[in-house]
Amino acid sequence: MIEIDKVHKSFGDLEVVKGVSLTVNKGEVVSIIGGSGSGKSTLLMCINGLEPIQRGSIRVDGTEVHAPGTDLNKLRQKIGIVFQQWNAFPHLTVLENVMLAPRKVLGLSKQDAEAMAVKQLTHVGLADKLKVFPGKLSGGQQQRMAIARALAMSPDYMLFDEATSALDPQLVGEVLDTMRLLAEEGMTMILVTHEIRFARDVSDRVAFFRNGLVHEIGSPDQVIGNPQMAETADFLKSVL
Amino acid sequence: MFSTSLTASDLLFMLQGAWVTLQLTAAAMLIGTLSGVLCGLLRAALPRASLPLAWVLDVFRSVPLLIQFVLFNSLKSIAGLDISAFAVGCLVLGIYAAAFCSEIVRSGIQAVPANLRRAARSLGMSYWQDLRFVVLPLATRVAFPGWLNLVLSVMKDTALVMWIGIFELLRTSQSVVTRIQEPLLVLCIAGLIYYLMSLMVAQLGNRLEKRWQEND
Repeated sequence: MIEIDKVHKSFGDLEVVKGVSLTVNKGEVVSIIGGSGSGKSTLLMCINGLEPIQRGSIRVDGTEVHAPGTDLNKLRQKIGIVFQQWNAFPHLTVLENVMLAPRKVLGLSKQDAEAMAVKQLTHVGLADKLKVFPGKLSGGQQQRMAIARALAMSPDYMLFDEATSALDPQLVGEVLDTMRLLAEEGMTMILVTHEIRFARDVSDRVAFFRNGLVHEIGSPDQVIGNPQMAETADFLKSVL
Repeated sequence: MFSTSLTASDLLFMLQGAWVTLQLTAAAMLIGTLSGVLCGLLRAALPRASLPLAWVLDVFRSVPLLIQFVLFNSLKSIAGLDISAFAVGCLVLGIYAAAFCSEIVRSGIQAVPANLRRAARSLGMSYWQDLRFVVLPLATRVAFPGWLNLVLSVMKDTALVMWIGIFELLRTSQSVVTRIQEPLLVLCIAGLIYYLMSLMVAQLGNRLEKRWQEND
């Protein structure tokens, strides 16, 4: 369970997240939608401790993420994150990209790490690209590789930070299909996304962020199908 | 018209000088690369705290190498240190190379996108694992051409050690010139030997670079 409690996050003088509270239960898929600058991506970075917070607290399975004694390297093993920019390690093959963290962080043997990597790459449909370097892949393929790389750590949670925003339109579908597959398998996921229809399809709940706060939250049919707040309706009208 | 007094033993003498040049270059680059990587890592990781280090390295980068050789060599005599001129040559050239190398390493590390490091850390990798498995391999590719340039330039700078009495390629050539009085021929040959040595280093480097590029 991820418990976000009145979190405030600033960059210098600019406060981006202004007291967000949100609880995500095991097995739940929560989508976060909202305009740029509403603090949605920043919140994701705070959940696995890539960004410090100023006030409030975030607990993952009861562990306080931003407490001084927390072993973030250990915590991050169970929180996979996929970025907008896929961030493939260009000097490693697809297989090596996925094997690296299981080998070095989890301490798996070469055989075990490779078996895990092959399994996850097959899962995302890249079984035929094992020996290829990422530079030779399309953006969509690189993003699916990034998903496999995160999955190879056997995480309990997956965070997606606008995972399809940097992709050419014709490549979005393959990545969304992979994400849908994960959701159907029961992975606990938080998706920051601009794909409203996709969010409506896969989410258990949808949160609309505005000015660093949760403006409206509820079932997809409610928030997207029948928004209660005028700002939510305006936002949806502008993107749909 | 094309008669010359250059003998085979003169040529051999020059080749021995060339061997000293190669040894000096190798020793200087070993010292320079090891300490340069260390200093460069420090400069990239703690830009502010390592500022004094940058100032010191700047001195070694800025003062002409010849002055450094002569000063160091005199210092050695004044302090009564019992080390050979060759050791002084290696040391001074090594520090000089380290000063340049640290900048090459620093810029290489800074060329690795912050997002990539973030991705590595998000997988649970520690600072050192990120450095060892992601940052350094990538920084090496960026820094390598600059480092190769440094090797070639240090190889030519070794010629300056003749001023502290070491018989490397240029010094041996000059003594041959003094004996047979054919400066043009002898210097052409010396230049050719320098060229061939550089070519060898550059070829090795190119081969490595090509192997990396195939993956990108």
